[in-house]
Amino acid sequence: MNAIISLLSSAITRGAPLLLGTTGEILNEKSGSLNLGVEGIMAVGAIGGFLGACWTESIILGILFGFICGALCGLLFAFLTITMKANQNVTGLAMTIFGVGVCRFIGQNMKTEGTFPIMNPNLTSKFAENGIPLLKNIPIIGPLLFSHNILVYLAIIIAVCVWIYMNKTKAGLKMRAIGENPAAADSVGINVDLYKYINITLGGGIMGIGGLYMGVIINNGTWNDDWIGGYGWIAVALVIFANWSAVKALLGSFIFGLMLALQSKVGNLAAEFPNALGWTAKIPVEFYMALPFILTAVVLIINSAMHKKSGNAPSAMGINYYREDR
Amino acid sequence: MKTNSQSVKKEPRIRIAKRVEMSSKYKILLTAFSVLAALIISGILILFLGKNPFEFFLQVIVGSFGSAINLKLLIRIFVPILITSLGLSIAFKMRFWNIGGEGQFIIGALVAMTFALLIGDSLGRFGVFVVIVTGAVGGGLFALIPALFKVKFNTNETLFTLMLNYIALYLVQYFLYGGPKFYISDRPGIPTFKVIDEMLFLSDFKSGLFSVDTSIIVAAILIVFIFVYLKYTKHGYEISVVGDSVNTAVYSGMNVKLITLRTIFFSGAIVGLAGALQLTGSAAGHTLSVNITGGVGWTAIIVAWLAKLNPLGISIVSLLMSVLEKGCGYARTKMGISDAVSDIIQGLILFTVLACDFFINYKVILKKTDKKNMLFDSASAKNELTSNKDESEGSNDLKLCEGGENK
Amino acid sequence: MSEYAIQLKNIVKTFGSVVANNNINVELKQGEILALLGENGSGKTTLMNMLSGIYQPDSGEILVNGEKVLIHSPEDSKKLGIGMVHQHFKLVDVFDVTDNIYMGEVNKKYNLKEKLAAINSKAESENIDKKKSKLFLKKTRECFNALSFYIKNIFLNKKRYYKLIELSNKFGFEIDPHKKIYDMSVSEKQTAEILKVLCYGAKIIILDEPTAVLTVQEIKKLFSVLKKMKQEGHSIIIITHKLNEVMEISDRVTIMRKGEFVKTLETAKTNEQELTDLMVGKKVDLKINRPVVGFKKPLLEIRNLTIKNDEGAIAIDGVDFYIRGGEMLGVAGISGCGQKELCEAIAGLRKIEDGEICHKGESIVGLSPEKIIEKGISMSFIPEDRLGMGLAPSLSITDNMILKTYRKGKFNPFVDRKSAKELADKVIKELNIVTPSSETPVRRLSGGNVQKVLVGREIQSTPNVIVTAYPVRGLDINSSYAIYDILNKQKQSGTGILFVGEDLDVMLSLCDKIMVLCHGKMMGIVHADKVTKEQLGLMMTGMLNLSEAKPEKNYGIAKDSNIVNNNVKNEESFAKGEEHED
Repeated sequence: MNAIISLLSSAITRGAPLLLGTTGEILNEKSGSLNLGVEGIMAVGAIGGFLGACWTESIILGILFGFICGALCGLLFAFLTITMKANQNVTGLAMTIFGVGVCRFIGQNMKTEGTFPIMNPNLTSKFAENGIPLLKNIPIIGPLLFSHNILVYLAIIIAVCVWIYMNKTKAGLKMRAIGENPAAADSVGINVDLYKYINITLGGGIMGIGGLYMGVIINNGTWNDDWIGGYGWIAVALVIFANWSAVKALLGSFIFGLMLALQSKVGNLAAEFPNALGWTAKIPVEFYMALPFILTAVVLIINSAMHKKSGNAPSAMGINYYREDR
Repeated sequence: MKTNSQSVKKEPRIRIAKRVEMSSKYKILLTAFSVLAALIISGILILFLGKNPFEFFLQVIVGSFGSAINLKLLIRIFVPILITSLGLSIAFKMRFWNIGGEGQFIIGALVAMTFALLIGDSLGRFGVFVVIVTGAVGGGLFALIPALFKVKFNTNETLFTLMLNYIALYLVQYFLYGGPKFYISDRPGIPTFKVIDEMLFLSDFKSGLFSVDTSIIVAAILIVFIFVYLKYTKHGYEISVVGDSVNTAVYSGMNVKLITLRTIFFSGAIVGLAGALQLTGSAAGHTLSVNITGGVGWTAIIVAWLAKLNPLGISIVSLLMSVLEKGCGYARTKMGISDAVSDIIQGLILFTVLACDFFINYKVILKKTDKKNMLFDSASAKNELTSNKDESEGSNDLKLCEGGENK
Repeated sequence: MSEYAIQLKNIVKTFGSVVANNNINVELKQGEILALLGENGSGKTTLMNMLSGIYQPDSGEILVNGEKVLIHSPEDSKKLGIGMVHQHFKLVDVFDVTDNIYMGEVNKKYNLKEKLAAINSKAESENIDKKKSKLFLKKTRECFNALSFYIKNIFLNKKRYYKLIELSNKFGFEIDPHKKIYDMSVSEKQTAEILKVLCYGAKIIILDEPTAVLTVQEIKKLFSVLKKMKQEGHSIIIITHKLNEVMEISDRVTIMRKGEFVKTLETAKTNEQELTDLMVGKKVDLKINRPVVGFKKPLLEIRNLTIKNDEGAIAIDGVDFYIRGGEMLGVAGISGCGQKELCEAIAGLRKIEDGEICHKGESIVGLSPEKIIEKGISMSFIPEDRLGMGLAPSLSITDNMILKTYRKGKFNPFVDRKSAKELADKVIKELNIVTPSSETPVRRLSGGNVQKVLVGREIQSTPNVIVTAYPVRGLDINSSYAIYDILNKQKQSGTGILFVGEDLDVMLSLCDKIMVLCHGKMMGIVHADKVTKEQLGLMMTGMLNLSEAKPEKNYGIAKDSNIVNNNVKNEESFAKGEEHED
């Protein structure tokens, strides 16, 4: 039983940064921009939030710094693709190279020179502080749902808020219209460029918080050269898997998180239930690691094969809009 | 109604119009200027660290060309980027966004590895050839997967090739950690791949004391081959027509599906070839590893795009990128500046060149509302550009007046 | 209020070297329906797009309700109370009707300041000092109201569906507010678009060819809606090229021809004959040669051809015709009457539903485009944007020259650029193409020159059947004549030509016979020297049908057909046999 609880709880812990990255990317893609720079934006958010938290010794300000750094990257992406009409794929990849570079650059200097602040262990433990008091003492449900760090709950709240924003508010309706058919949106007087700017910047900020999560929770606030570790790319995949819905991303990030968690926990699981789940350990670990990408590829194929008209993939994703191009 | 029409009467100050054509002299000048701008920004960054930027750039150059060994190491970085980028450029020419370079590279290496272990020294030196060709075919077949689905269901190739990169990576990881013993060396400790038979090592290209892998010759041949292939052959012609307008291609009787599959096979095969060469060459120690690609698949995308898919340009940009990578690593040991600065400079160059493209394709027109703007109109072309740049960067409400062509 | 809802004064709009609108003056009176009549390419849509904020005029003035305005964006246009229903609907497919309409909703304002002031003034007028606390309470409540109003305003409200039903009832529409656009028929989509502009409070409504995609019943319904809207005080501009509709619906009619303003007439004081004359213009003797070539056997024969368009509607409906060697057959018809589908079917680019296409007696149905090109059938179609089909815009003139012939020489892997360049230079010289060199990408040429490249290439490939649609679209006179000459030369050398055209004058003097299409149906095939322009005009608008006049004499089937009759008969009996079995 313990193995299962620890596996599921670890799935939530590992799924949360994916959820943040995915939620940010959903905001990008639903407003018509395929932003392949998630990995880079998360990296910048990670180092920015980390330094912010170190300097201010505050969790809240750390999160805010992570958000702002990510949002600035989003703004840069928006400026290049909307105002400068640059190719979205290339801009995204450039953002990844740049962002990861910035993160590594600062991190390495932090390590070698020691001139940069190192995170106070108290602060790290504050970030990782477990759970909601009282509730976390409930058996089974407690350790499963109520004993996570604050960022997990923040991620869930953000995802739900983004879902509400996209599906229940007027601004969200306009934003989705732009992602589907910018010419139609323009013709009813929606300011296409402005909405795209806002959503991409906001999405970048959320990715930034996801990056901070990677830094302080997954890597315990200790520097290593690859803080984000490909989570940004998994987030891009998760958007497709979650069919561009922030609420489905909740479930999706849990499933993907489960796969990530299985890599380290599958042994325990099989040991505890040798008869029922023994087979799980026989499957190579790499399969669990590749599974998010395999599943996403399958979803991608199924969606395209079915020509789903009601599918959630925004039709105008990846295409820059020019009013006079009819 | 009155208040509304009042607000309507305001004219926006800035308009953007499509530029008919900029002379290639200006294009090159502007691009060079933007690369320079990126270098200056990086220089300022280094200045902030309390280091001398000039010394840094000097170290970058020395670290790349300063000695025979440095040059050799530079070429080891240069060749895989170059070949991969050439391979991807064929797909990009057809507007097929193959961002699966990483996957095709590593699969090329894996397939080559498999054959290398199978044939051992049984074929003598001819085995090298077999290993490399099978590696290339492996990369090509791997690239065919997204192409098939693109042709059949119009599946988004950008996202699909992206997924395949990771699937390929974990496949190799599986062969290292969990797979059959076939691939793994007997050495105790952390599992490593076997080293391929000495008979299958890529031979060296020697000139005096200086020696590099023969892969540089393959790369040189490929530059010429791709240049000729894209520019002078019927295949190359078909690729450019399909890339330009699928409708026109169908109209002229081309078999678009076949062309797509063939082209993507070639694209993947060349990337796979790069992987196979990397495996048999000395750079990776004649063995496979999980990080054998070293991010080449990503860098190559950027190189191909920066070079506007021109094989000659690709070789120049590849060189620039490998100099940054190699030189920054050298500067790290000499000056204690993180080698990640090479990524930052690469990113900055891309950003400035992306922004500069806008000024090549569009012109910014300022409405003659006051005397200050009148001045701009009489100013020279370059002045106009730079001053407009400042204006437009400060404003988000640019109204687009003329559409672009890259739909 | 001004007498006019809209006044367009001396509007000029050019795209590169093409003048789309030259000095246009159009006035729309309050509460009237104005028809904007003209053939395709006469600049109607461009003109209206300047009202909807897509384009800005190069010069000229736009007055709305007597006030001079500048319209820079669709938003401006909406604020001015102008609503346009575009020919290609601007709807988000995955949204339902309600969301499509509500996505353009302007944020409402809560006039807090005014309301507070009202409370103050009320208190002052009543002069009640002692109830200060009550006043404060009132104000607080008002502030709270404002806050809750704005918070509510952030969210989408379920009530929007009821509101939409209310609104649609008010305007007299029946529409399911939950229905997604992709589930809708064309007519429903149009209703949604009209409802959309009405909901935005548009007083001036522009409809761009609203009837082009509708059935007769749907058109009737639309017109009753328009009449109702007019009664309610809306001013309406309807773009069309169908005369009967103009007569039925409009109060006044403005006629445009080739980007020029022709005349504005009271509909009641005119008739279809006059409108046709104005629309197509006076017959001009163009002095185009029409060489007579001896009688040759039919090259291309088409029997009972039925084709569907992209939307799945019938585009060409049971058409028979044939082209002899050395004969030029013109195809006249209002744009969008199946010309494009016909050309594509002959070139093998479009599946046919029924019928036969025979080349020299052999069926070419189902052959690949490559095989059809090899048989010597050349098709060139100049679409309105000129670059859509037949050219690769980023490639050079030289490269575009060999688009269909580059395969020559099976075992030679290289493209023969040398002869391609010679060909390009030859075409450039013969057709006076203005270009820096033969290596210039086609997209950088001006429209007319782009076309010359296309037509030039098709002629140079020495085909035996040329299908050419709008080869002189947008060309100046000299280049047009150059192209006529070349076509005539081809004709004299025994080539059969299908000439799909816009300009009736040209067809009357260039073609040997003219086939008139109206909504995919053949209205008749006439000898160009025996028909009048007026007759053609009436046939184009569907008011004269010669093929029904003498149904026993089918002009579309040649007496000396190359098609082996047995073959056809067998197929027919086979088909019948199948029916019997059923």
